[in-house]
Amino acid sequence: MQHVLIIGATSGMAMEVAKLYAERKCRLFLVARNSEKLAAVESDLKARGAESVAAQVVNLDETDKHPALVAAARDFLGQLDVVLIAHGVFPEQAKCESDYRLTESVLRTNLLSPISLCTHLANVMQAQGGGTLAVISSVAGDRGRQSNYVYGSSKAGLSAFLSGLRARLAPRGVNVITIKPGFVDTAMTAAIKKGPLFASAANAAAGIVRAIDARRSIAYVPWFWWGIMLIIKHIPEVIFKRLKF
Amino acid sequence: MSYGESWGRYPKTNSTLHPVQWLHEPIKFESDKRYLPYGQGRSYGDCCLNDAGVLLTTNGLSRIISFDRQTGVLRCEAGLTIDEVLRVIVPAGWFVPVTPGTRFVSIGGAIANDVHGKNHHTSGTFGRHVLAFELLRSSGERLLCSPQQNTELFRASIAGLGLTGLITWAEIQLKPIKNAGIEMESVRFSDLEEFFQISGGSEKDFEYTVAWLDCVSSGSAFGRGIFMRGNHSAADAKQCRASRLKLAVPVDAPGFALNRWTVQAFNSCYYNKQRQKSVRSLVHYEPFFYPLDAVLDWNRIYGRRGFFQFQCVLPPTAGKTALSDMLREIVASGNGSFLAVLKEFGDLPSPGMMSFPRPGVTLCLDFANHGEKTACMMKRLDAMTREFGGAMYPAKDAWMTADNFRRYFPCWQEFSKFIDPAFSSSFWRRVSA
Ligand SMILES: Cc1cc2nc3c(=O)[nH]c(=O)nc-3n(C[C@H](O)[C@H](O)[C@H](O)COP(=O)(O)OP(=O)(O)OC[C@H]3O[C@@H](n4cnc5c(N)ncnc54)[C@H](O)[C@@H]3O)c2cc1C
Ligand SMILES: NC(=O)c1ccc[n+]([C@@H]2O[C@H](COP(=O)([O-])OP(=O)(O)OC[C@H]3O[C@@H](n4cnc5c(N)ncnc54)[C@H](OP(=O)(O)O)[C@@H]3O)[C@@H](O)[C@H]2O)c1
Repeated sequence: MQHVLIIGATSGMAMEVAKLYAERKCRLFLVARNSEKLAAVESDLKARGAESVAAQVVNLDETDKHPALVAAARDFLGQLDVVLIAHGVFPEQAKCESDYRLTESVLRTNLLSPISLCTHLANVMQAQGGGTLAVISSVAGDRGRQSNYVYGSSKAGLSAFLSGLRARLAPRGVNVITIKPGFVDTAMTAAIKKGPLFASAANAAAGIVRAIDARRSIAYVPWFWWGIMLIIKHIPEVIFKRLKF
Repeated sequence: MSYGESWGRYPKTNSTLHPVQWLHEPIKFESDKRYLPYGQGRSYGDCCLNDAGVLLTTNGLSRIISFDRQTGVLRCEAGLTIDEVLRVIVPAGWFVPVTPGTRFVSIGGAIANDVHGKNHHTSGTFGRHVLAFELLRSSGERLLCSPQQNTELFRASIAGLGLTGLITWAEIQLKPIKNAGIEMESVRFSDLEEFFQISGGSEKDFEYTVAWLDCVSSGSAFGRGIFMRGNHSAADAKQCRASRLKLAVPVDAPGFALNRWTVQAFNSCYYNKQRQKSVRSLVHYEPFFYPLDAVLDWNRIYGRRGFFQFQCVLPPTAGKTALSDMLREIVASGNGSFLAVLKEFGDLPSPGMMSFPRPGVTLCLDFANHGEKTACMMKRLDAMTREFGGAMYPAKDAWMTADNFRRYFPCWQEFSKFIDPAFSSSFWRRVSA
């Protein structure tokens, strides 16, 4: 039986990941900031067959609460086989351009908060000598684009942090995975018109769990984003700066 | 699937999507807008469409609230699909009491169209197995509806076409099974007379019955088909894992264009595939109930113009000749599809006021949209259905006239009292015009 910690458990993608672990009859510890949503997710996972589920309500921007949170999760789960960090926000780029405070809050939620969590989790997992730490970054972190570079830079920072952490923990048997979703149909993208590149949250979740099982390092979800980003990363800057997207 | 389309991809409409993600979150209903719940868009015509209005999309409402593994009572959010329900309940030894021919429908959609399945003669419609649900009205009221509470709204919302409000969650009584297998038998019949014979003879011993009908061939092959009947396997669990991939129906999506000749070839191959008079096998429930689901988004093979589905029920009083008259018309048009389905309904009543199934034989098939010619055919079939005292199924309809609708659903006036003032649909505007 796997012992699974899901942080940001009410996210569209995380809920689907949690369903898959519930069907595997895992023990789950869930963290989210909204108690009503969290209660709905908790009963869903119980009904789907999870061995047991516990939940804690925390605003994850409050990094001083993270040590106690990690301790509570470890107490309930016994050990951390799989940890998924999924919370994040997707701001309107135009608003960030005229409001630095907004940009700062995006960096707090998308970058500082996961970095703080990873710092504490890394030490626990290093001591236990195993487990998988999967963190949702984004394809948007692979290159800053004018249409969402604030969000992109928060994810770029996160990807860089994870890449270093992966190297540090690998010899200790702890696998760190950077999950890079493309477009996924969740609340985050509700306002965006859905095109053929969109994946369902359930599909993305299946990709995430596959990557965790296979102990991958970097997982594009769905996989074809690897190719798309390869091209985007190699567009020469002289051309890239003229692109509107 | 693309949101805001129906399965037949006709008619084309334009509406705003409002995703409903959480049970507890209130919906702000604006007085100048018209709303309609949208499940998985597996209805063919316009009953899940709301041109120039708002679609309350429910695919985020997909959580289980409770599942009692002892009693088989499932309470879930209304956007949960039968596909997901089965994933959870089958390993626990339960099955949905009634299922349509696709598992990609939501529980809300199954209630609002009061869907039927191959076991209509033994179990009736889906609505008979609904213990309770919550109905959210545009006033913000949340009403618990059941056979004991808010009874009238309960009866109006089952087969209520989404017009009485948004069903947010529902409680359903599941039925116990031993394993995922179906003991099935397929029997060839050479004409409609023989179909009725086999069908009558199967009702008692088989929980599930349905027939595939060749709707292309004339002459001596007229009215031939294959009758499929089955029961849940009573053997101990795990036995029939392996048969999952074995398709009971060869639905390899025709990669070629659909035309008269390819459809004819398909019909002949299908009929002749089975050499013996009758074949028994043990199959997984998926190919038995959901042969078409093996080809995701198969509706796209009809191209952008989409297609129509026609489903009617003809009462026993119309006599067996009514069915052959109708079939003759379809064969003569040369426009029939590659899968026509025939089934006899039973007489178990539904709580739903506007429920479609009623005693008689139901015929169901697709027509690729060839413009005016197909439109004429659909109108002709509507007229024949009326002439024979039958009814057409709103979930599959884009054509019935307002006048005929009122004939088919004589309770429509009583029903309309329960319609939420802020709710409407393209279908409703068409048939109540
Ligand atoms: C391949 C295939 C086979 C089929 N076989 C059968 C069959 O054997 N028997 C049968 O009966 N039908 C059959 N159908 C039709 C299908 O079962 C119905 O159209 C069903 O209602 C579709 O469910 P949905 O979730 O897609 O709902 P939609 O098509 O999105 O909506 C259907 C109706 O339900 C309403 N609705 C949806 N959700 C809610 C809610 N939460 N609250 C209130 N109202 C709601 C909508 O407003 C609309 O009026 C088949 C369809 C396909 C594509
Ligand atoms: N959807 C995409 O296309 C896409 C693409 C690439 C990467 N991603 C990333 O994937 C992850 C999951 O997103 P999603 O698509 O599943 O979107 P989502 O459904 O909007 O989930 C985001 C979650 O983050 C939570 N959250 C935000 N700030 C928080 C805070 N301060 N404290 C606690 N929780 C907080 C939200 O909680 P509430 O529910 O309470 O608001 C929400 O549950 C995110 O990191 C996102 O950046 C998404």
